[in-house]
Amino acid sequence: MIAFPSFPDRLETPGGQIGRPVNRVDGRLKVTGAARYAAEHTAPDLAHGYIVSSAIAKGRITRIDTSAALALPGVLAVFTHENRPDLAWFDRKWKDEDSPKGSPFRPLYDATISHSFQPVALVVAESFELARYAARLVKVDYAAEPHQTDLAAVHRDAFAPSKDKGGFQPPPRPRGDADRALVEAEVTVDCHYSQPAEYHNPMEMHASTVLYNDDGTLTIHDKIQGASNSQTYVCNVFNLPKSAVRVCSPFVGGAFGSGLRPQHQLFMAVLAATQLKRSVRVELSRPQMFSFGHRPRSLQRVALGAHRDGRLRTLIHEAVQETSQFENYVEIVVNWSGQQYKADTTRLDYRLARLDVYTPLDQRAPGAATGVNAIEMAMDELAYALEMDPIALRLKNHTDIDPNTGRPFSSKELRACFAQGAERFGWSRRNPVPRSMRQGRDLVGWGVAAGVWDAMQGQAEARAVLGLDGSLMVASATADIGTGTYTVMSQIAADVLGLPLEQVRFRLGDSALPTAPIEGGSWTVSSVGSAVKAVCDKVRDRLARAALTLEGRPFGTATADDLLFTDGCIQSRIDPAQRLPLTEVMREAGLFAIEETARSLPYLLQRARHTLGTHSAIFAEVRVDADLGTVRVSRIVSAVAAGRIINPKTAGSQILGAAVWGIGMALEEEALTDHRLGRVMNHDLAEYHVPVNPDVGTIDVIFVDEEDRVVNPLGAKGVGEIGIVGVAAAIGNAIFHATGVRVRELPFTVDKILAAGGP
Amino acid sequence: MRSFSYSRADSVDQALLGIAANGHGPAGTAAAVRFIAGGTNLLDLMKADVLRPSALVDINPLPLARIEDGPDGGLRLGALVTNADTAYDDRVQARYPLVSRAILAGASPQLRNMASNGGNLLQRTRCYYFYDTATPCNKRTPGSGCAALTGVNRIHAILGASEHCIAVHPSDFCVALAALDAVVQVRGSDGERSIPFADVHRLPGDTPHIDTCLNADEIITAIDLPRQGFARHFTYLKARDRTSYAFALVSAAVGLEIEAGTVRTARVALGGVAHKPWRDPAAEALLVGKPPTAETFAAVADVLLQGARGYGHNDFKIELARRVVVRALRDAAEREPS
Repeated sequence: MIAFPSFPDRLETPGGQIGRPVNRVDGRLKVTGAARYAAEHTAPDLAHGYIVSSAIAKGRITRIDTSAALALPGVLAVFTHENRPDLAWFDRKWKDEDSPKGSPFRPLYDATISHSFQPVALVVAESFELARYAARLVKVDYAAEPHQTDLAAVHRDAFAPSKDKGGFQPPPRPRGDADRALVEAEVTVDCHYSQPAEYHNPMEMHASTVLYNDDGTLTIHDKIQGASNSQTYVCNVFNLPKSAVRVCSPFVGGAFGSGLRPQHQLFMAVLAATQLKRSVRVELSRPQMFSFGHRPRSLQRVALGAHRDGRLRTLIHEAVQETSQFENYVEIVVNWSGQQYKADTTRLDYRLARLDVYTPLDQRAPGAATGVNAIEMAMDELAYALEMDPIALRLKNHTDIDPNTGRPFSSKELRACFAQGAERFGWSRRNPVPRSMRQGRDLVGWGVAAGVWDAMQGQAEARAVLGLDGSLMVASATADIGTGTYTVMSQIAADVLGLPLEQVRFRLGDSALPTAPIEGGSWTVSSVGSAVKAVCDKVRDRLARAALTLEGRPFGTATADDLLFTDGCIQSRIDPAQRLPLTEVMREAGLFAIEETARSLPYLLQRARHTLGTHSAIFAEVRVDADLGTVRVSRIVSAVAAGRIINPKTAGSQILGAAVWGIGMALEEEALTDHRLGRVMNHDLAEYHVPVNPDVGTIDVIFVDEEDRVVNPLGAKGVGEIGIVGVAAAIGNAIFHATGVRVRELPFTVDKILAAGGP
Repeated sequence: MRSFSYSRADSVDQALLGIAANGHGPAGTAAAVRFIAGGTNLLDLMKADVLRPSALVDINPLPLARIEDGPDGGLRLGALVTNADTAYDDRVQARYPLVSRAILAGASPQLRNMASNGGNLLQRTRCYYFYDTATPCNKRTPGSGCAALTGVNRIHAILGASEHCIAVHPSDFCVALAALDAVVQVRGSDGERSIPFADVHRLPGDTPHIDTCLNADEIITAIDLPRQGFARHFTYLKARDRTSYAFALVSAAVGLEIEAGTVRTARVALGGVAHKPWRDPAAEALLVGKPPTAETFAAVADVLLQGARGYGHNDFKIELARRVVVRALRDAAEREPS
């Protein structure tokens, strides 16, 4: 039994490393190319794999002819379901840390095709080019069966999932009779929203390089948001001991959730390496990046009824999302609405419909980036129906008690987000009348939305070693997917021990390091940061004990609480002249090194009594061409309350990047599926649009002061997700303000704006 | 890898010999021998297994990388001048700003730095199905069918398409060249010929795998811009889904000659709507001899878009094209020489 931590032992007050906008400690490695990514590792015996992908969406493979490929000199093997080795049988062996309920997909397991682009063969050759060419010579015959990939065609067959995935909560029970209240309410809006499937498309494509060591063990360089997750998966599927598999992923070129689950290139590379007994690399092509998880397509309805003064009488939010035939991917879509706004009656409903697609996958702010868009666009429509300022309407329905649970928020500075964001944006100068603001040939629109996300925490472990030279090495098997983990963990460690940042080195991305949860959901600072603090606290306690018991009592009568750790020294608060370098204390005490490990746990009891979350207010300005209806986002202000900000620079970059993504979500991103072929067709970055530089105007980020004593010892909530939540809604609302037309189907492309009657 | 032979040619004659020596194969087939210049499209198509040339003849050493005065007071753009060097050339910017604007509206700086003028004319469509060998496409695999016809066709043609193909030509540069009545200089084993720009690209008909009138043993040597560059009243207007690195949903290249408030000459070419840059002399004739007014612009759009049809996702292009034409004409008429 592990004791729960005592009530917050707060970090020292500012002045230390916490809160400083320091540059990324790994920045130089990245910009000089010294940071090596999964597909950049090599070995003298490296062979290259290339995956053959299914041309059909559903059916069976009737024949695979690999003879032409195998006939080429330099082709080593072609693996298919017909010649694969024995693999794990039970579903649980194929599950990973992020698996939803169901039977995980098993590559090359049998002749069944369940989705387009499904991997059906792996060609391994002496060079990448040869493998790719040989892959095209593999002839696959299929018996196609009727497929369905269109959510609109099956959403009536949807079912209500239960707690089918870690972190998922089904909607709370209805409160009151929301449907009747909707009929009776004085002012109502009732709208349907649609959001397309969106693919993660990190810049680095998924890749695994499996190094086959002389003793038969594997060192795997994998693109993953948690090295231990891949290690466990490989060991389970291939029946290998953990001692035989080490997974490394110290650098990840973006992931956004795509690396939360081991993807099939890992399976393929391990299969080939273990069969051929040599090192193998498999990297997906950009089109193959459309072969696995994605943000699910969703159809939503939001119906709101209000009293004349703006108080919500009723809030109804229904959502249907796609999942695969084999797993129940779920995310929290509708609960946010009930949490964010207090209504007399509430009914929230969330359903899944099965399609012949791969299982969707968490993507930045999964669920919130979908559901919050809908409620925030509906709130804007209601504001207009009430002839009320959209911010005033939101403040009218603000609540400091979570209506879903009846519990207070641990902290919620949403009102400050609105106030500071509005001030920075100049909201008071807004003429609320649609089409009333112009600049040249552009219609100008200003829109606002609120955002919300969780402040979760998992358990994590960390190890710290303080050397006699004053260098501190801290390690945990977490990941840095470009978020700044290396930097903020170094800052936390340096802060606790009063060391210069340069003396701290943080290691991550290695399954051999102390266990950490997969990096996602904005919980890494909370989970791993707390472990880093805990382990450094233990080192500090050791040092304090050593200092206080040194011969000659250099700190006099001071107690541990009187000792200050600063500038690499221990100093008495009582008499600042009593001061010794850490290294001298260690030397005097005969300590060559101090090594500690620690595990941190969430404050479960405190957390259970609260709702914990980050909040934001997003303001967007759009310019809509008055002749053509094309939209440009000229300005965004994002005001975020996320507790203590460890590093305003890396945290600010998170919000900036998320706002850019929000622009893409609002105006560009959409997987275009040919439902007759059951296949995404715009499967490259020329046609699957994400923002380019001129799409992005100025983006202003504000971090609102927020103190939270429940979330964790750091008081930090995490900022990975919150920045994207509600951005598309703010842009949609701005488009309405500019044009007077509502578009409720993402992305807001020119065809939809013209079809709605704009500009 | 799929092997192919590679040779470098130092002269046009040598390039033509290189093609002949490899048995060039019929035009439009995947296996045809290809010239390679910037390679910005060809290499992608080879990686995607759409084109599988047995031989590449590298023409980069050819002496075709100059911009020089052309016959009749025009300007001659060498086929191997890069798109970027063309767009930023002082003479082009001063006398043919329409060309410069059109080039800079396309692709990305990296691509424009590599892409050659001749290659720009010969780039292939960006139809999704053309690039995905798992799907039917008459342009890629004649006779396999056109999946775009009833599939995802948001970016496809509204004019001049056929039941065999609804792909569009993706170039911006070509739309300006069409408006300017450029002339393409070609050399082949049978000698030289000059091709009016309107005749360079074809409509798909029942042979959509053939994009142009060029024979496989012909090479573009230059593009001649006529004397009239419409440097006073011009517009290149491109409507697209993002502000850079996106092909046109609809674009318009407009050149007007206006004297004393009356239009003397008018050119309007549309991009993103057909298998080739789209012009209609009858539409342009409506402008001539009249003052540039909104009513006339609307009438021009009507005539240009006569017979336009959508295939579902691209229905909006008809209305968008109408707006683009009217706006582009207005901008060109109102433009103050800078």
